[in-house]
Amino acid sequence: MNATQPVRKSAAALDLARIRAEFPILGLRVAGKPLVYLDNAASSQMPQPVIDRLVRYQTTEHANIHRAVHYLSETATREYEEARRRLQRFINAGEDREVIFTSGTTESINLVMHGYGRKFIGAGDEIILTTLEHHSNIVPWQMLCEEKGAKIRVVPINDAGELLVDEYEKLFNERTRFVGLTHVSNALGTVNPIKSMIAFARARGVPVLIDGAQAAPHMRVDVQDLDCDFYAFSGHKMCGPTGIGILYGKAALLETMQPFKGGGDMILSVSFEKTTYNAIPHKFEAGTPPIAAAIGLGAAVDYLSALGMDAIAAHESELLDYATGQVGRMDGVRIIGTAKAKASVLSFGVEGVHPHDVGTLLNQEGIAIRTGHHCAQPVMQRFKVPATSRASFAFYNNVGEIDALVEGIRKVQKVFA
Amino acid sequence: MADPKSLYQEVILDHNKKPRNFGTLAQPSHKAEGHNPLCGDHISLTLHLEGDRIDNIAFQGEACAICKASASMMTSTVKGKTREDAETLIQEFRDMATGKLDLQTPHHLGRLTVFGGVHDLPTRVKCAILPWHTLHAAFHSVASASTEADDDPMHAPIGGA
Repeated sequence: MNATQPVRKSAAALDLARIRAEFPILGLRVAGKPLVYLDNAASSQMPQPVIDRLVRYQTTEHANIHRAVHYLSETATREYEEARRRLQRFINAGEDREVIFTSGTTESINLVMHGYGRKFIGAGDEIILTTLEHHSNIVPWQMLCEEKGAKIRVVPINDAGELLVDEYEKLFNERTRFVGLTHVSNALGTVNPIKSMIAFARARGVPVLIDGAQAAPHMRVDVQDLDCDFYAFSGHKMCGPTGIGILYGKAALLETMQPFKGGGDMILSVSFEKTTYNAIPHKFEAGTPPIAAAIGLGAAVDYLSALGMDAIAAHESELLDYATGQVGRMDGVRIIGTAKAKASVLSFGVEGVHPHDVGTLLNQEGIAIRTGHHCAQPVMQRFKVPATSRASFAFYNNVGEIDALVEGIRKVQKVFA
Repeated sequence: MADPKSLYQEVILDHNKKPRNFGTLAQPSHKAEGHNPLCGDHISLTLHLEGDRIDNIAFQGEACAICKASASMMTSTVKGKTREDAETLIQEFRDMATGKLDLQTPHHLGRLTVFGGVHDLPTRVKCAILPWHTLHAAFHSVASASTEADDDPMHAPIGGA
């Protein structure tokens, strides 16, 4: 099994035919062939109930929130705040004010860098990151280090793409101020043992931010059980719209932080002498938020919860095992990232063929995968490859699509034979 | 969309497999590095101008089939030509790859027109152009060319997670 949490054997199996019928885009034909969408780690597709929710909001509920006293404004405000509670339940946050709407994981991490990092991290302080981080959990911290004179320490990985936890623990010292850690590697699919790593840091008084962009769509996340200080994820990778994401933060920490953006809705009172900031979460939601997208994401997590995150994890784990077996036994194909615990991602290289050529030729078969460095160049450097081909699965994928992928790779090999 | 397989024609696959002029000149008069940071393509180009004529040229690097074949065919084509003729080809190749050149009108591209199909694959246009970009940089004594430079007419990030 590939998820961090034990997958319950009793998890009801997914009704794949019914589920696939709910995703209109899966009926598309590309290059004259049925679409095989295996680029879910980049962005997932949207089911009809979420599309319908967006239409209903836009046709019967829209106005600006937290402002006017009229019917539509009250309706929009209620639905927006209800969406926040849907997200709260989805990650089991203790309070709804700990759930901040952002534009996505990238903004969530930047919010923590500006709101927490710039206030509490100074010259000579150290931030621990890992080789597996996406650029969005590297670059903001580099910007902070440049500004403050702080330093980044990096947790290495082994040849399977697993974090060396012993090395992680050795990096801690009296100057360690922060840990940024991805839950699941976007380039390799490695599921990190974050619960014990969080506990180790917190026992030393060091706050931990988890990049959950590749985890929240695929497994049950319980932020209270994990005991992380921050957890960031994106809506569009989990059947929601683009332009919306979440930052979960412990209330006590969020309250000590400075605002990231200034503007309307994040204040209680403004004069040119003094501005009093609003309470959390509003302190971090300046300006008119993407209201429709937030409500859409609320519908998306309800959709996922109705299927059951355990059932989703179990199905995706089966898909990944099957794909690993099928692709792994092909001659001239190397799987990159062979961690014991993996989720949803199969990165591979076809001998003698550049990943971009693989991608273009698979596209001709109607198969969508991602090729490139996946915004994780340190991972590429570690495996000494410029890029990989990455197939990434969602719960609506089926075994037939993996067979199509294998057949597609064979055709690529034939072209380059 | 044009059939991308038409891009992977025998001649391109052959140049990818057995790139011509692959290597480095010991004493180049001009050289430049070409990068596509988005896909990791990298080529280094060395050439020797005798007067105004390219008497030798070589490239090296790691790149996709389209980029490598483009570099191989470019070096074969411009070797022995004047710098001015090469500059004309750079312009014409760029225009072809971006769909601005009508191949029915007179041009000098010859068998380089096998890359004509690339303009239907926006994410691959840069792969084909990179070697030509790098040649341009070498002529103008610019140490490195990038598909993502500010003045790059092809600037259109692929990016993303």
